Amino acid sequence: MARTHAQGPQARKAKPKGSPRRASSAAKKKASKPNIRSKKLSTLPLSTALLRNIYELMLKSRVLEERLIKIYKVGDAYFWIGGPGEEAFGVPLGLLAKKGQGHQHDWFHLHYRATPTLMALGLDPADAIRLIMNRATDVSTGGRNFSGHYCYPQWNVAPITSPIEVQYSIAIGTAWAQHRRKAKGITIVSGGDAGSAEGDFASCLIWASRPGNELPMLITVQNNQWGISTNYSTQHGEKYIADRGKAFGMRTAMVNGNDPIESYLKLQEEMSYIRKTGKPVLLETFVSRLYGHSSASGANFAKNEEDCLRSFEEKLLKHGVLKSNETDTLRASLEEEYRLLAEKIRSEPLPTAESIWEDVYVDNENADWRKF
Amino acid sequence: MANMAQAIRMALHYGETHLGVTDVFGEDVGAPMGGVFTATQGLKTAWNSPLDERGIVGAAIGIAMTGDRCVAEIQFCDYIFNTIDLLKIAGNTLWCSKGQVPIPMVLMTPVGAGIFGSVYHSHSFDAWATRLPGWKIVMPSTPADAYGLMLSAIQDPNPVLFLKPKALLRVRGEELIPGEPKDDKELKQMIDAPVGDRAQWKPRWPKLEEYRVPIGKAKITREGDQITLVSYGRHVHTCNKVADELREEGVRVEVIDLRSLYPYDWTCIKESVKKTGRVIFVNEDTEVTNFAEHLNYRVVQELFYELMARPRVIAGKNVPGIGLHPNLEEASVPQVHEVKTAVREALEEVP
Repeated sequence: MARTHAQGPQARKAKPKGSPRRASSAAKKKASKPNIRSKKLSTLPLSTALLRNIYELMLKSRVLEERLIKIYKVGDAYFWIGGPGEEAFGVPLGLLAKKGQGHQHDWFHLHYRATPTLMALGLDPADAIRLIMNRATDVSTGGRNFSGHYCYPQWNVAPITSPIEVQYSIAIGTAWAQHRRKAKGITIVSGGDAGSAEGDFASCLIWASRPGNELPMLITVQNNQWGISTNYSTQHGEKYIADRGKAFGMRTAMVNGNDPIESYLKLQEEMSYIRKTGKPVLLETFVSRLYGHSSASGANFAKNEEDCLRSFEEKLLKHGVLKSNETDTLRASLEEEYRLLAEKIRSEPLPTAESIWEDVYVDNENADWRKF
Repeated sequence: MANMAQAIRMALHYGETHLGVTDVFGEDVGAPMGGVFTATQGLKTAWNSPLDERGIVGAAIGIAMTGDRCVAEIQFCDYIFNTIDLLKIAGNTLWCSKGQVPIPMVLMTPVGAGIFGSVYHSHSFDAWATRLPGWKIVMPSTPADAYGLMLSAIQDPNPVLFLKPKALLRVRGEELIPGEPKDDKELKQMIDAPVGDRAQWKPRWPKLEEYRVPIGKAKITREGDQITLVSYGRHVHTCNKVADELREEGVRVEVIDLRSLYPYDWTCIKESVKKTGRVIFVNEDTEVTNFAEHLNYRVVQELFYELMARPRVIAGKNVPGIGLHPNLEEASVPQVHEVKTAVREALEEVP
């Protein structure tokens, strides 16, 4: 079910004290990350151009999300939820996809922490700002939905919803359509560790692995160890969510989602397997949740979690892929660009009251019973 | 004449051969069974799914997102309740995506009592269904309408819920479906799977033709000018029986078969009520927050000064289930005598 809690500007005055990170001491005690750590490499296995591209997209996504949080905190938005902490996994995921529209391209059924993936696909930052500010110009929802609830039919990005599990069952359908047509595209579906407790996750595993009708699906779980304020270790007996795929004869994988190089390589390997065999992969990745669950929990930076952007930046600086002055310059430039964008978008038109009746049916066929 | 299960089967065959239907699926929908009511026998696009209603509805939404056309089935509506949030998503995806992502899917499911199906094969879903904005909801009362509504549903760019009145699925109609042979034995030989081994069996489909019943259009099944009965599904036949019996006493009852619950044919209801001044809504879903209460409300709001008697709703009793024994089932859902009594009372009322 939906795990986003909207609070209006007034409600924000009664902000809950502390973020979900302040879980019980018992939960804290058990909240340890799996021991999947980056390897120390003497040389980096990706090209300099690709490494710089990944870094820039991660930075853009992070700076954009931080702008969205500021927009919320100054009272220009009702709610923020997003993906800081998932950049190292999300950006490679978007870069490796076969982007486009239709069965021959990859389908995305993402969760609401997918800004990094969208950024890699070509997200216009203005779109994210219009979305959180509920402007009529918001291309994803027309001012109707929360931040992070993107929709891009031109890239096969299905509308992102607040329920944390439904994408796992809806993804079955796009994967089936691709399987039936023997299409080149695959279906990518993402959720969190908390969402894996829902029945739709089990549905996805079952339908993806029907004998003779295996589906070309990359099923990912971004495990940040939290469902709002509830720690994974207090609710899940399985050591790894990925292990659940083994019961279905499904190929499984795990990767450190705080390392973009390892994520890139693992995703490349697994997506290649899916494209080649038409069979599914369940991939669990371990990520951070850097600003808590959402604005409902304060949206403050979590200093006790690994920051994948900082780690990657240090690595690239160490290997001479980046220079220290250029990272500062780039960040400052993006911060200013997004600040100005927000200023501009603030004056854009709002959804009108009459527009509630638009798009209930295709071509705006009347759906108002008063007019039947 | 075809029965309703055969009519739906023929419509789905027309859909897969002429209207681009790519998948007809659900629990026991494919070979060898072809649906527990045989409505999907012999279809080339029919396949069996896991016994997983959420997976079925989710898959249908996903297939529709790709632009492919599917007809999915929930075996009995009694098992649809764990999919409510997915049904909401099917209905709100176009709206939430600012008109960018249509969900052209058909979901069909048998509804209602009448076969002594006990607690979990007798539920109704019409009242729940009408609380799913973004969907169109249809429910035929005859095989010909089932055929025509299914063709409309398949071609509609929105999600359409096709409610099958299960007690009518084996009832033959009085109208020929375009292309259907006149002899129902011949039809049976052509498209009904044999009992026993069906491995080599293939249907011989009649040369079916396009015939659509527009969604949103009601039908007057009995004409009268003293009182209006508005119903859909199997209770249309209950109302017809009441009208026929009372006509012998000189009472002229008009019966409207709504056929589409949403959007509904207000013009048809309005014109009839303006003529008769009296109206009773009849269906078998439970009576509290019943869809008919909305129609009743609208009659009161818009036609109050045309009324000669209080408008009424006759619906299923507000109990947790339909009990198996006939005494229990008949006490739970509207019966002919109840409707007849209500008609008499309404006719005796003086403003």
